[in-house]
Amino acid sequence: MDSLSNQNEERHPGQWSRQQWLGLLAQSGSDELLSHWQQLDLDPGHRVLREAEIGSVMVRGRIGGEGDAFNLGEMTVTRCSVALDDGTVGHGYIQGRSRKAAMVVALADALLQTDQKPKLAEGLLLPLHEIRQARELELQAKAAATKVDFFTLVRGED
Amino acid sequence: MAENSLAGGFAAPAVNSAVAFRGIMMAMAEPGRIMPVSGGIPPRPMDSAAGVLALTLCDPTTPVGLMPSMDQPAIREWLTFHTGAPIIAPGEAEFVFGRFDEMADFTVFRQGTSEYPDRSATLVAAVASLENSGAVLRGPGIKESRALNLPDVTPFQANAALYPLGVDVVMVAGGDLVAIPRSTRVEVE
Repeated sequence: MDSLSNQNEERHPGQWSRQQWLGLLAQSGSDELLSHWQQLDLDPGHRVLREAEIGSVMVRGRIGGEGDAFNLGEMTVTRCSVALDDGTVGHGYIQGRSRKAAMVVALADALLQTDQKPKLAEGLLLPLHEIRQARELELQAKAAATKVDFFTLVRGED
Repeated sequence: MAENSLAGGFAAPAVNSAVAFRGIMMAMAEPGRIMPVSGGIPPRPMDSAAGVLALTLCDPTTPVGLMPSMDQPAIREWLTFHTGAPIIAPGEAEFVFGRFDEMADFTVFRQGTSEYPDRSATLVAAVASLENSGAVLRGPGIKESRALNLPDVTPFQANAALYPLGVDVVMVAGGDLVAIPRSTRVEVE
Protein backbone atom coordinates (compact mmCIF):
# COMPACT_ATOMS: atom_id res chain seq x y z
CA MET A 1 0.00 0.00 0.00
CA ASP A 2 2.90 2.32 0.69
CA SER A 3 4.01 2.22 -2.89
CA LEU A 4 0.57 3.26 -4.08
CA SER A 5 0.30 6.25 -1.77
CA ASN A 6 3.78 7.31 -2.84
CA GLN A 7 2.68 7.18 -6.44
CA ASN A 8 -0.27 9.34 -5.53
CA GLU A 9 1.96 12.02 -4.05
CA GLU A 10 4.06 12.05 -7.18
CA ARG A 11 1.08 12.73 -9.37
CA HIS A 12 -0.25 16.10 -8.41
CA PRO A 13 -1.56 18.07 -11.36
CA GLY A 14 1.22 19.60 -13.37
CA GLN A 15 3.79 17.06 -12.31
CA TRP A 16 2.97 14.39 -14.84
CA SER A 17 5.71 13.29 -17.18
CA ARG A 18 4.79 12.35 -20.73
CA GLN A 19 5.71 8.74 -20.06
CA GLN A 20 3.38 8.66 -17.04
CA TRP A 21 0.38 10.20 -18.78
CA LEU A 22 0.74 8.06 -21.91
CA GLY A 23 1.04 4.96 -19.73
CA LEU A 24 -2.08 5.86 -17.76
CA LEU A 25 -4.13 6.76 -20.86
CA ALA A 26 -3.01 3.59 -22.68
CA GLN A 27 -4.25 1.39 -19.86
CA SER A 28 -7.49 3.20 -19.06
CA GLY A 29 -10.77 1.70 -20.21
CA SER A 30 -12.06 3.39 -23.35
CA ASP A 31 -15.52 4.06 -21.85
CA GLU A 32 -14.07 5.88 -18.83
CA LEU A 33 -11.62 7.70 -21.07
CA LEU A 34 -14.28 8.88 -23.50
CA SER A 35 -16.74 10.00 -20.80
CA HIS A 36 -14.13 12.10 -18.99
CA TRP A 37 -12.91 13.52 -22.30
CA GLN A 38 -16.46 14.56 -23.22
CA GLN A 39 -16.90 16.29 -19.87
CA LEU A 40 -13.87 18.47 -20.66
CA ASP A 41 -15.74 19.67 -23.74
CA LEU A 42 -12.61 20.37 -25.77
CA ASP A 43 -12.59 20.45 -29.54
CA PRO A 44 -9.06 21.43 -30.54
CA GLY A 45 -8.37 22.11 -34.21
CA HIS A 46 -6.10 19.39 -35.54
CA ARG A 47 -4.97 17.40 -38.54
CA VAL A 48 -4.63 13.63 -38.56
CA LEU A 49 -1.08 12.49 -39.30
CA ARG A 50 -1.86 8.81 -39.11
CA GLU A 51 -5.42 7.53 -39.14
CA ALA A 52 -6.34 5.32 -36.21
CA GLU A 53 -5.32 1.76 -37.06
CA ILE A 54 -5.70 -1.51 -35.23
CA GLY A 55 -2.84 -3.96 -34.93
CA SER A 56 -1.31 -6.41 -32.53
CA VAL A 57 1.90 -6.35 -30.57
CA MET A 58 3.76 -9.24 -28.97
CA VAL A 59 4.00 -8.77 -25.23
CA ARG A 60 7.26 -10.13 -23.88
CA GLY A 61 8.17 -10.70 -20.27
CA ARG A 62 10.73 -12.14 -17.89
CA ILE A 63 9.80 -14.20 -14.88
CA GLY A 64 10.72 -12.23 -11.78
CA GLY A 65 12.32 -9.58 -13.95
CA GLU A 66 15.31 -11.73 -14.83
CA GLY A 67 16.18 -14.56 -17.15
CA ASP A 68 15.50 -14.71 -20.87
CA ALA A 69 12.55 -12.79 -22.26
CA PHE A 70 9.74 -15.00 -23.50
CA ASN A 71 6.69 -14.25 -25.63
CA LEU A 72 3.75 -13.88 -23.27
CA GLY A 73 1.17 -13.45 -26.00
CA GLU A 74 -0.22 -11.00 -28.48
CA MET A 75 -2.46 -8.12 -27.52
CA THR A 76 -4.57 -5.83 -29.65
CA VAL A 77 -3.40 -2.25 -29.82
CA THR A 78 -4.87 0.76 -31.60
CA ARG A 79 -2.75 3.77 -32.47
CA CYS A 80 -3.29 7.20 -33.93
CA SER A 81 -1.24 10.38 -34.43
CA VAL A 82 -2.47 13.95 -34.75
CA ALA A 83 -1.01 17.43 -35.05
CA LEU A 84 -2.71 20.41 -33.43
CA ASP A 85 -3.06 23.61 -35.46
CA ASP A 86 -0.02 25.04 -33.66
CA GLY A 87 2.06 22.06 -34.83
CA THR A 88 2.19 20.09 -31.57
CA VAL A 89 2.24 16.38 -32.36
CA GLY A 90 0.41 13.86 -30.20
CA HIS A 91 0.56 10.07 -30.35
CA GLY A 92 -2.07 7.75 -28.93
CA TYR A 93 -1.60 4.05 -28.26
CA ILE A 94 -4.30 2.17 -26.37
CA GLN A 95 -5.23 -1.37 -25.45
CA GLY A 96 -8.13 -2.74 -27.43
CA ARG A 97 -9.73 -1.71 -30.68
CA SER A 98 -11.44 1.62 -30.07
CA ARG A 99 -10.35 3.99 -32.84
CA LYS A 100 -12.16 6.82 -31.08
CA ALA A 101 -10.26 6.28 -27.83
CA ALA A 102 -6.92 6.19 -29.70
CA MET A 103 -7.78 9.52 -31.29
CA VAL A 104 -8.73 10.99 -27.90
CA VAL A 105 -5.44 9.83 -26.38
CA ALA A 106 -3.51 11.38 -29.30
CA LEU A 107 -5.36 14.69 -28.83
CA ALA A 108 -4.88 14.58 -25.07
CA ASP A 109 -1.17 13.83 -25.52
CA ALA A 110 -0.82 16.85 -27.81
CA LEU A 111 -2.81 19.14 -25.47
CA LEU A 112 -0.83 17.98 -22.45
CA GLN A 113 2.26 19.40 -24.14
CA THR A 114 0.62 22.82 -24.37
CA ASP A 115 -0.59 25.34 -21.76
CA GLN A 116 -3.80 23.28 -21.47
CA LYS A 117 -1.89 20.79 -19.33
CA PRO A 118 -3.34 21.78 -15.91
CA LYS A 119 -6.91 21.52 -17.21
CA LEU A 120 -6.32 18.04 -18.65
CA ALA A 121 -4.37 16.85 -15.64
CA GLU A 122 -7.26 17.91 -13.39
CA GLY A 123 -10.15 16.75 -15.57
CA LEU A 124 -8.75 13.66 -17.26
CA LEU A 125 -5.58 12.26 -15.70
CA LEU A 126 -6.60 12.59 -12.07
CA PRO A 127 -9.98 10.83 -12.32
CA LEU A 128 -8.49 8.09 -14.51
CA HIS A 129 -5.66 7.66 -12.05
CA GLU A 130 -8.15 7.32 -9.20
CA ILE A 131 -10.12 4.71 -11.12
CA ARG A 132 -6.96 2.77 -11.81
CA GLN A 133 -5.86 3.01 -8.21
CA ALA A 134 -9.22 1.73 -6.96
CA ARG A 135 -8.98 -1.16 -9.41
CA GLU A 136 -5.50 -2.05 -8.20
CA LEU A 137 -6.55 -1.89 -4.54
CA GLU A 138 -9.52 -4.14 -5.23
CA LEU A 139 -7.25 -6.62 -6.97
CA GLN A 140 -4.81 -6.54 -4.10
CA ALA A 141 -7.60 -7.05 -1.58
CA LYS A 142 -8.86 -10.05 -3.51
CA ALA A 143 -5.38 -11.49 -3.75
CA ALA A 144 -4.72 -10.84 -0.05
CA ALA A 145 -7.91 -12.71 0.92
CA THR A 146 -6.59 -15.84 -0.75
CA LYS A 147 -3.19 -15.65 0.89
CA VAL A 148 -2.05 -18.92 2.42
CA ASP A 149 0.65 -19.09 5.08
CA PHE A 150 2.78 -22.19 5.03
CA PHE A 151 4.32 -23.25 8.31
CA THR A 152 6.92 -25.94 8.42
CA LEU A 153 7.95 -26.93 11.91
CA VAL A 154 10.53 -29.49 10.95
CA ARG A 155 12.10 -29.19 7.53
CA GLY A 156 13.98 -32.42 7.85
CA GLU A 157 17.11 -31.63 5.90
CA ASP A 158 19.07 -29.90 8.68
CA MET B 1 10.20 15.91 -34.12
CA ALA B 2 8.74 18.53 -36.43
CA GLU B 3 5.18 18.15 -37.60
CA ASN B 4 5.94 18.63 -41.30
CA SER B 5 8.22 15.61 -41.32
CA LEU B 6 5.28 13.46 -40.19
CA ALA B 7 2.59 14.82 -42.52
CA GLY B 8 2.10 13.52 -46.04
CA GLY B 9 1.25 9.89 -45.35
CA PHE B 10 -1.61 8.05 -47.04
CA ALA B 11 -4.96 9.54 -46.00
CA ALA B 12 -6.72 6.21 -46.54
CA PRO B 13 -3.89 3.66 -46.24
CA ALA B 14 -5.78 0.61 -47.48
CA VAL B 15 -7.16 2.25 -50.63
CA ASN B 16 -4.15 4.45 -51.40
CA SER B 17 -1.64 1.64 -51.07
CA ALA B 18 -3.74 -0.75 -53.18
CA VAL B 19 -3.98 1.82 -55.99
CA ALA B 20 -0.29 2.68 -55.73
CA PHE B 21 0.67 -1.00 -55.67
CA ARG B 22 -1.28 -1.52 -58.88
CA GLY B 23 0.60 1.39 -60.49
CA ILE B 24 4.02 0.10 -59.41
CA MET B 25 3.13 -3.44 -60.51
CA MET B 26 2.05 -2.20 -63.96
CA ALA B 27 5.27 -0.22 -64.26
CA MET B 28 7.31 -3.35 -63.45
CA ALA B 29 5.23 -5.48 -65.83
CA GLU B 30 5.71 -3.05 -68.71
CA PRO B 31 9.24 -1.65 -68.45
CA GLY B 32 9.51 1.84 -69.87
CA ARG B 33 5.84 2.66 -69.36
CA ILE B 34 5.48 5.87 -67.39
CA MET B 35 2.95 5.44 -64.57
CA PRO B 36 1.59 8.24 -62.39
CA VAL B 37 1.17 7.44 -58.69
CA SER B 38 -0.23 9.66 -55.95
CA GLY B 39 -1.37 9.83 -52.35
CA GLY B 40 1.82 10.54 -50.43
CA ILE B 41 3.90 13.70 -50.02
CA PRO B 42 7.40 13.06 -48.59
CA PRO B 43 9.67 15.88 -47.39
CA ARG B 44 11.86 17.57 -50.01
CA PRO B 45 13.92 16.63 -51.95
CA MET B 46 12.27 13.22 -52.27
CA ASP B 47 9.92 12.98 -55.25
CA SER B 48 6.32 12.19 -54.43
CA ALA B 49 6.48 9.03 -56.57
CA ALA B 50 9.43 7.80 -54.49
CA GLY B 51 7.49 8.58 -51.32
CA VAL B 52 4.42 6.70 -52.56
CA LEU B 53 6.62 3.71 -53.41
CA ALA B 54 8.12 3.77 -49.92
CA LEU B 55 4.67 3.98 -48.27
CA THR B 56 3.46 1.08 -50.39
CA LEU B 57 6.39 -1.35 -50.41
CA CYS B 58 8.49 -0.60 -47.32
CA ASP B 59 7.81 -1.94 -43.84
CA PRO B 60 9.83 -3.09 -40.82
CA THR B 61 11.10 -6.13 -42.79
CA THR B 62 12.61 -4.12 -45.67
CA PRO B 63 15.80 -2.25 -44.79
CA VAL B 64 16.03 1.06 -46.63
CA GLY B 65 19.19 2.85 -47.75
CA LEU B 66 19.45 6.59 -48.36
CA MET B 67 22.04 8.10 -50.71
CA PRO B 68 23.61 11.39 -49.49
CA SER B 69 21.07 13.64 -51.26
CA MET B 70 18.18 11.88 -49.45
CA ASP B 71 19.93 11.25 -46.14
CA GLN B 72 18.29 14.09 -44.24
CA PRO B 73 16.65 14.08 -40.79
CA ALA B 74 13.22 15.00 -42.17
CA ILE B 75 13.25 12.09 -44.65
CA ARG B 76 14.57 9.66 -42.04
CA GLU B 77 11.83 10.67 -39.59
CA TRP B 78 9.16 10.51 -42.28
CA LEU B 79 10.18 7.00 -43.42
CA THR B 80 10.47 5.75 -39.86
CA PHE B 81 7.11 7.15 -38.79
CA HIS B 82 5.13 6.00 -41.84
CA THR B 83 6.83 2.73 -42.81
CA GLY B 84 8.81 1.58 -39.76
CA ALA B 85 11.57 0.47 -42.15
CA PRO B 86 15.06 0.32 -40.62
CA ILE B 87 17.52 2.68 -42.32
CA ILE B 88 20.88 1.06 -43.04
CA ALA B 89 23.87 1.43 -45.38
CA PRO B 90 22.77 1.58 -49.06
CA GLY B 91 25.05 -1.35 -49.93
CA GLU B 92 23.03 -3.65 -47.64
CA ALA B 93 19.54 -2.26 -48.20
CA GLU B 94 16.63 -3.76 -50.11
CA PHE B 95 15.34 -0.38 -51.25
CA VAL B 96 17.74 2.46 -51.99
CA PHE B 97 16.55 6.03 -52.53
CA GLY B 98 18.71 8.65 -54.21
CA ARG B 99 19.38 10.69 -57.33
CA PHE B 100 20.36 8.78 -60.45
CA ASP B 101 23.78 10.43 -60.71
CA GLU B 102 24.63 9.20 -57.19
CA MET B 103 23.74 5.61 -58.05
CA ALA B 104 25.28 5.24 -61.53
CA ASP B 105 27.40 2.29 -60.38
CA PHE B 106 24.74 -0.36 -59.76
CA THR B 107 27.29 -2.99 -58.66
CA VAL B 108 27.78 -1.48 -55.18
CA PHE B 109 24.22 -2.50 -54.26
CA ARG B 110 22.93 -5.95 -53.39
CA GLN B 111 22.93 -8.11 -56.52
CA GLY B 112 21.28 -11.24 -55.10
CA THR B 113 22.91 -14.67 -55.04
CA SER B 114 22.72 -17.57 -57.48
CA GLU B 115 20.47 -19.43 -55.04
CA TYR B 116 18.36 -16.37 -54.23
CA PRO B 117 18.48 -13.81 -57.07
CA ASP B 118 15.56 -12.02 -55.41
CA ARG B 119 17.74 -10.95 -52.50
CA SER B 120 18.80 -7.92 -54.49
CA ALA B 121 18.25 -4.21 -54.16
CA THR B 122 15.56 -2.13 -55.81
CA LEU B 123 16.95 1.28 -56.67
CA VAL B 124 14.61 4.26 -56.62
CA ALA B 125 16.49 6.84 -58.66
CA ALA B 126 15.32 10.41 -59.11
CA VAL B 127 15.78 11.99 -62.54
CA ALA B 128 14.82 15.44 -63.83
CA SER B 129 12.14 14.24 -66.23
CA LEU B 130 10.70 11.10 -67.83
CA GLU B 131 9.58 10.88 -71.44
CA ASN B 132 9.29 8.12 -74.03
CA SER B 133 12.14 9.13 -76.32
CA GLY B 134 15.81 8.25 -76.51
CA ALA B 135 17.29 4.88 -75.53
CA VAL B 136 15.54 1.76 -76.82
CA LEU B 137 14.24 -0.84 -74.37
CA ARG B 138 13.48 -4.45 -75.34
CA GLY B 139 12.63 -7.54 -73.34
CA PRO B 140 9.82 -9.15 -71.36
CA GLY B 141 6.79 -6.87 -71.04
CA ILE B 142 7.64 -4.86 -74.18
CA LYS B 143 5.96 -5.88 -77.44
CA GLU B 144 8.48 -4.49 -79.93
CA SER B 145 10.49 -1.79 -78.29
CA ARG B 146 9.88 1.25 -76.11
CA ALA B 147 11.89 4.45 -75.90
CA LEU B 148 12.90 6.16 -72.66
CA ASN B 149 15.13 9.14 -71.94
CA LEU B 150 17.73 7.32 -69.81
CA PRO B 151 20.49 9.54 -68.45
CA ASP B 152 23.05 6.80 -69.18
CA VAL B 153 22.67 3.36 -70.81
CA THR B 154 25.98 1.78 -69.67
CA PRO B 155 24.93 0.77 -66.11
CA PHE B 156 21.68 -0.71 -67.42
CA GLN B 157 23.55 -2.79 -70.03
CA ALA B 158 26.02 -4.05 -67.41
CA ASN B 159 23.10 -4.81 -65.06
CA ALA B 160 21.17 -6.79 -67.70
CA ALA B 161 24.33 -8.82 -68.46
CA LEU B 162 24.33 -10.08 -64.86
CA TYR B 163 20.87 -11.67 -65.25
CA PRO B 164 19.47 -13.44 -63.22
CA LEU B 165 21.47 -11.40 -60.73
CA GLY B 166 21.49 -7.61 -60.69
CA VAL B 167 19.25 -4.85 -59.40
CA ASP B 168 15.84 -3.57 -60.44
CA VAL B 169 15.59 0.14 -61.04
CA VAL B 170 12.60 2.43 -60.60
CA MET B 171 13.18 5.93 -61.92
CA VAL B 172 11.03 8.72 -60.51
CA ALA B 173 10.34 12.30 -61.54
CA GLY B 174 7.69 14.20 -59.58
CA GLY B 175 4.60 11.99 -59.40
CA ASP B 176 5.65 9.66 -62.25
CA LEU B 177 7.64 6.48 -62.08
CA VAL B 178 9.02 4.03 -64.61
CA ALA B 179 10.63 0.65 -63.98
CA ILE B 180 13.68 -0.91 -65.65
CA PRO B 181 13.94 -4.41 -64.20
CA ARG B 182 17.10 -6.45 -64.80
CA SER B 183 15.37 -8.42 -67.56
CA THR B 184 15.17 -5.34 -69.82
CA ARG B 185 17.84 -4.94 -72.53
CA VAL B 186 18.83 -1.37 -73.25
CA GLU B 187 20.31 -0.13 -76.54
CA VAL B 188 21.45 3.27 -77.65
CA GLU B 189 18.98 4.88 -80.03
